[in-house]
Amino acid sequence: MSVELDVFVGNTTIMDKEVYQLWLNGYTVNDAVKVRIEGGVMEECEASADVLLSDTMDQYRTFQMCERLLHHPAKLANQLLFQIPPDRQAMLIERYYAFDDLFVREVLGKKLSKGTKKDLDDVSAKTGVSLKSCRRQFDNFKRVFKVVEELKGPLVENIRQHFLLPDQLARDYAAIVFFANNRFETGKKKLLYLTFQDFAFCAGQLINHWTLGAVDSMMEDMDVDLDKEFLQDLKDLKILITDKDLLDQHKSLVCTALRGKTSVFNEMEANFKNLSRGLVNIAAKLINAKDVRDFFIDLVEKFIEPCRSDKWTSIDMNLFLTHYTNSAHILDTFKHHAVWTRYMGVIKSCILRMYHD
Amino acid sequence: MPGKLKAKIVAGRHLPVMDRASDLTDAFVEVKFGNTTYKTDVYPKSLNPQWNSEWFKFEVDDEDLQDEPLQITVLDHDTYSANDAIGKVYIDIDPLLCSEAATVISGWLPIYDTIHGIRGEINVLVKVDLFNDLNRFRQSSCGVKFFCTTSIPRCYRAIMVHGFVEELVVNEDPEYQWIDRIRTPRASNEARQRLIFLMSGELQRKIGLKVLEMGGNAVVGYLQCFDLEGESGLVVRAIGTACTLEKISTLPSTATHQSNSSPSKDMKDSPQAAPSTLGCRSTHSSPVHSASSRLSQGFSVSVPTLLFAGMKPRHRSSEAPRARQCRPVFGEEVPGIPLSSGPPTPLRAQTFSSFSPSKSYSRQSSSSDTELSLTPKTVRMFLCPSTPALESISSSLPSTHMPCHLRPGMASRSSTPPPLHVSQSDTAMLRKSVSFSEELLLAASGMGSGGSAGKEAGPLKALLRQQTQSALEQREYPFFTLTSFPSGFLLHVGGVVSARSVKLLDRIHNPDEPETRDAWWEEIRQEIKSHAKALGCHAVVGYSESTSICEEVCILSASGTAAILSSRFMQDGPLDTEHRFEEVVPPGCGFCHIPYDELNIPFPAQLTYCYSCRRSKVPDVLFTTIDLPADANITGKGCLIQARLCRTKKKAQGEGNATAISNLLPFLEYELHTQLMNKLKLRGMNALFGLRIQISVGETMLLGLASATGVYLTALPGPGGIQIAGKTPSDITYEQHISNMQKKINDTIAKNKDLYEINPPEVVEEIIGSPIPEPRQRSRLFRSQSESSDEVSELDLSHGKKDAFVLEIDDTDAVEDIHALLTDSPTPQGFYSCNTEIMPGIQNWTSAIQMFTSVRVFRLNNANLTNQGLNKIFSDLCENLLKSLYFKLRSMVPCCLCHLNFTVAIPEDELIQVAVTAVAMSFDKEQILENGKQSGEKTLTKAITENDEQLQFNLELNPESSHANPLSSPKGLSEVGSHPSARAPSVDYSSFADRCSSWIEQLRLKAHTIRRGSVKTTSSMEKASPLPEGRSRSLRSNRSYSGTSVAVVKMTPLSFIPGAKIIKYLGIINMFFIRETTSLREEGGVSGFLHSFIAEVFAMVRAHVAALGGNAVVSYSMKECVFMENPNKNQAQCLINVSGDAVIFVRESELEAASVQPQSTTHTSNGGEGT
Repeated sequence: MSVELDVFVGNTTIMDKEVYQLWLNGYTVNDAVKVRIEGGVMEECEASADVLLSDTMDQYRTFQMCERLLHHPAKLANQLLFQIPPDRQAMLIERYYAFDDLFVREVLGKKLSKGTKKDLDDVSAKTGVSLKSCRRQFDNFKRVFKVVEELKGPLVENIRQHFLLPDQLARDYAAIVFFANNRFETGKKKLLYLTFQDFAFCAGQLINHWTLGAVDSMMEDMDVDLDKEFLQDLKDLKILITDKDLLDQHKSLVCTALRGKTSVFNEMEANFKNLSRGLVNIAAKLINAKDVRDFFIDLVEKFIEPCRSDKWTSIDMNLFLTHYTNSAHILDTFKHHAVWTRYMGVIKSCILRMYHD
Repeated sequence: MPGKLKAKIVAGRHLPVMDRASDLTDAFVEVKFGNTTYKTDVYPKSLNPQWNSEWFKFEVDDEDLQDEPLQITVLDHDTYSANDAIGKVYIDIDPLLCSEAATVISGWLPIYDTIHGIRGEINVLVKVDLFNDLNRFRQSSCGVKFFCTTSIPRCYRAIMVHGFVEELVVNEDPEYQWIDRIRTPRASNEARQRLIFLMSGELQRKIGLKVLEMGGNAVVGYLQCFDLEGESGLVVRAIGTACTLEKISTLPSTATHQSNSSPSKDMKDSPQAAPSTLGCRSTHSSPVHSASSRLSQGFSVSVPTLLFAGMKPRHRSSEAPRARQCRPVFGEEVPGIPLSSGPPTPLRAQTFSSFSPSKSYSRQSSSSDTELSLTPKTVRMFLCPSTPALESISSSLPSTHMPCHLRPGMASRSSTPPPLHVSQSDTAMLRKSVSFSEELLLAASGMGSGGSAGKEAGPLKALLRQQTQSALEQREYPFFTLTSFPSGFLLHVGGVVSARSVKLLDRIHNPDEPETRDAWWEEIRQEIKSHAKALGCHAVVGYSESTSICEEVCILSASGTAAILSSRFMQDGPLDTEHRFEEVVPPGCGFCHIPYDELNIPFPAQLTYCYSCRRSKVPDVLFTTIDLPADANITGKGCLIQARLCRTKKKAQGEGNATAISNLLPFLEYELHTQLMNKLKLRGMNALFGLRIQISVGETMLLGLASATGVYLTALPGPGGIQIAGKTPSDITYEQHISNMQKKINDTIAKNKDLYEINPPEVVEEIIGSPIPEPRQRSRLFRSQSESSDEVSELDLSHGKKDAFVLEIDDTDAVEDIHALLTDSPTPQGFYSCNTEIMPGIQNWTSAIQMFTSVRVFRLNNANLTNQGLNKIFSDLCENLLKSLYFKLRSMVPCCLCHLNFTVAIPEDELIQVAVTAVAMSFDKEQILENGKQSGEKTLTKAITENDEQLQFNLELNPESSHANPLSSPKGLSEVGSHPSARAPSVDYSSFADRCSSWIEQLRLKAHTIRRGSVKTTSSMEKASPLPEGRSRSLRSNRSYSGTSVAVVKMTPLSFIPGAKIIKYLGIINMFFIRETTSLREEGGVSGFLHSFIAEVFAMVRAHVAALGGNAVVSYSMKECVFMENPNKNQAQCLINVSGDAVIFVRESELEAASVQPQSTTHTSNGGEGT
């Protein structure tokens, strides 16, 4: 005695947000029913466990059928199979493309390849996000990556248009794509204190200022890659540390400006040359793809950690970086103002964002 | 060359990948109509091709336009091998043939494949240039409007309701042809889909012809069904109500504009009227034209000189030969019938040529008409040996009438099935219309028109007779498929009438002569009519027909509500003689007043004076198949009441099986009634509306499901309680048990009264204490008929006026029954449910609606189940399904599930399938919204009908005299009482006419063909899922994605959309789909398969409606859902048939803003997605 077939189809497709979330989170039907029972929906609606099971199965089926549409969210809007109100469509898409920060932190900067996908069970075990959910998130990353990889124009805008994502989510995806494309190292122990949002912020800075699209959005190349010419130009900044006069001059200008304004003045003064060397060396090396990958680790090792050990506050940091940047423009023999501004602008905001515990 | 069909293929999108190598498709399109095929160019390497083809033109007969669908096939071009079909689109172009419906079909339509489902969409443009044909001999009926809606469509008013139209066509089922052994499942499915498209087109055209003959311009309540009879063929049949409708213009200004300045448009409305702009007028016979254009302008205006319904005889006389023409062979086959006026053609010619100048001919033609209808009767006599009495009638006609002769004839007919042999009925030349007229005569005399005529003298008598006769003859059957009526149309309701008959299917030998099937239905209809007569009613409303097929056994069912109708809408004519006879009926309670003679009640019932007006008698309970009249006075709210029953049956073959089934049927129906009655009382209500009883037959069991909406009619007496009595009162514990149960029941009743807000005003006994002559047996009404039933209650007469319904517990069965009674769980807080259009007692609907279909199949693993066990399982199945629905729709609370339409089937042994389609509608608890549209419409209707006078004798004049006839009641009683025993022995080879149905009730059973056996194998199976687009991403794909979004199309089984006004009907949607899979597991098992199929069907309905320019489907129903599976072979197949009316609606709030040109505004808002 069993229900062999049980189907409910509405003219307007009925989707329960709660069940959708459970499905996205990778719960099996039975687990989802348990969660729902605990959630008290039964008492609310005088339903039995059977009813709940039937409803859950039905919804899961609907979601599975919708899933292939969600892979191309634009299709969801002009497909005919399911009649879903626009606000529901937006909800479906947004939640489908939503991800766990914990999970994304694990795969950020990794190559979105089959190999990585195979390791997802480890990631799942580590993060506590179910494997199913990990796979969905990973596939989302990969799908977005593949679509925007070769598209012209601004990255965030491309993602938003192709996947109909809300602005913030589109930016996050841009960051993920950007990280995956440039294979930034994010998994080193020293970087573990950084959250995904920290990286996303930095990625946003890099995308907005260091890519080719940042200069000319109509360019052939795309937002995903750093502006090669700019990276080349960065080598010229080396003069700031190789030219002893310039370095001293720079130091004295910064010290003059900061004297009395910061509690860590002495430490700063003592460390100035090291810090400056660190920052300029990072710039000079960015032309090598390998060093691009190490960009964040370098920032932390060469700059953030020394400052932290000297107990700089964020305010100190801000002050220092502001004057460090500005002072360079006053230097007589320093000619690379544009490159310097472009470089330091991003470095400054990245460091400020990354400078926390 | 009456029509030019033009089609343009614009583009495709979301096509599946057909070439694995490139992940792309080289698509082209074949456009086929009739035998002509056009092709587009191949659009290489794209999943979103832009063909932008030229206009493909088909010059065709309008007959073909009606019959044939436009067939669009999308293919993948392959240089080396055969081109692969991607899928097909069938477009029904019927809506384009009526000027009032859609003008163009334009939009994205899903490309459908029977194996893969929807595979992308195609954008097409279809137009029709129609040159109206004035040729009276034409076979087409372009322009007749069809509506599934079972009431007068919202933006029309009824000028006249002509009556019942029916037709059926048969064919061989392609699935069972020899060729099916060698062709692919896809080819077979497509052959079937196409055939059914053709057959329904043909059917619709033929029905349309009948409507034209009756002088109507529309069919309302059009119900088309398929009987998949397996080996013996495929039957498509339809019934409907022919009407003359006139469009109500939403705005007076546009109304005058339309009627004055664009006559051609208006004239096209009446199908025969030629648009003068096309110049056809001169080429064709002008008299006809003028006559029909007069038709189109409405019956209310004209023919002041007509003495009595000049139109009628014309229709009648033209009808006879024309009906022949529908089945061309007929004329030749019946040489014995001396059609008095000779061959059809001259007759018609004569009629029409004489028509236009004056009306004087009408009398003459009506007399010739009388001959026409009389002569064939003799033929029938010969063919019906079982009714010898009838012969005398025909001989003595028309001067006298002999109800006394008739009665025995009828009675014998109904209690013993006529021993028609297969061969006999095959060769029988019993033509429908012929026998109809005979029966109508019977009806006339039975109704007592003859009686009254007899009292009058000479010529007047003859005149009246003729009038009545022709009025009746015009309506072959006084049946109406409508379930709600313009106010003032429905006068009295007698009760539910139904008839069932068990038949053995035989192969249909000659598809052009579907006479066996015709004869079967004719038999049933006759019976319905005689039941109605027994109730003192001249009409049957809310009429429907259905079948249930299992192997070669077929149960035919018909049911309706016996009623007396006002003649206002039925005839046109200048004289107001009729009004003298018409009673003035109080609107709130009038329909409850008994139509039959209280001294000769056809069945035992307790009558009281109406609690509203205190003037007329009302019964204690009222069962009907119609919707609750809008103006009825009710107390509290209503609720869905279901009786569910399962009966095991032995496996048997052929006639033994049929006998067994027909033996079981009476018990099944009896028990269903008992259940209904008990549950009704348990809810403290006294009337059922929308009653629908389905009996489904399987190999080893019969299922019965009765659904209705219970209400408390203020006019009827309050129901008594239910009292339980034990048989062995000695035992103390037993007594206690009983009293416990009694208490429970009383509690439930009290609770229910509270829940449904039933608190009728207390009535002082004295007022109603009128002498009621009948013995107080009312609770025996349903219980006492079957001696063999164990739980028949002994009635305790001591309970007084409000006597309780006594349930006697004498065995475990009865205990179970009572338990079952109490297990129906109440609807959760905030929910109401009903199976009628709207919930009695709720008006303030919000605009939130959600239509849904839910299907469940239950497997009974345990083969040895008792009836009780089965009952419980079945009942639980239904209850759980309802609970699931409530849960699903909880976000809409407070809401009401309206039009809950349950369909049960037994797809194979041990499987029970229940399908529900309904709409959930939210309502506003606090705020009472003014709902003005209904009343506004009504007053308009009223205003128009004021002018509609009639001069003809009408049926309802005579109920009292008919019942003065002493023989009428015995006949009625014998039918009611003696069934189970009387008809059992006389079982015949081909026709197991089962007369179990005489309880006053309705029956309607979805036709379900259950064919056991496996689904065919498919050898090649491509993976179904369209592949991700992969590399195809490009500028092109970008373009097709951007911009257009899909227009929202609402669907509802109701005839209206709350909070909105329907401003245009675009035509009927009638679609049939087959889906088959050979990878059941991969598609998510049976549930996944059916889920996506139903979703696809919805999608296709919506897309076609949107392409017509509509934004909603009303009166939507899923008439067929046949599901077969073979999990072992990983296969499943499903057939779904849906129908509804495509409409444009505007929100009432928008209506005010959008005023002047509603049509153009909505067109832009809906048809936006065009190219």
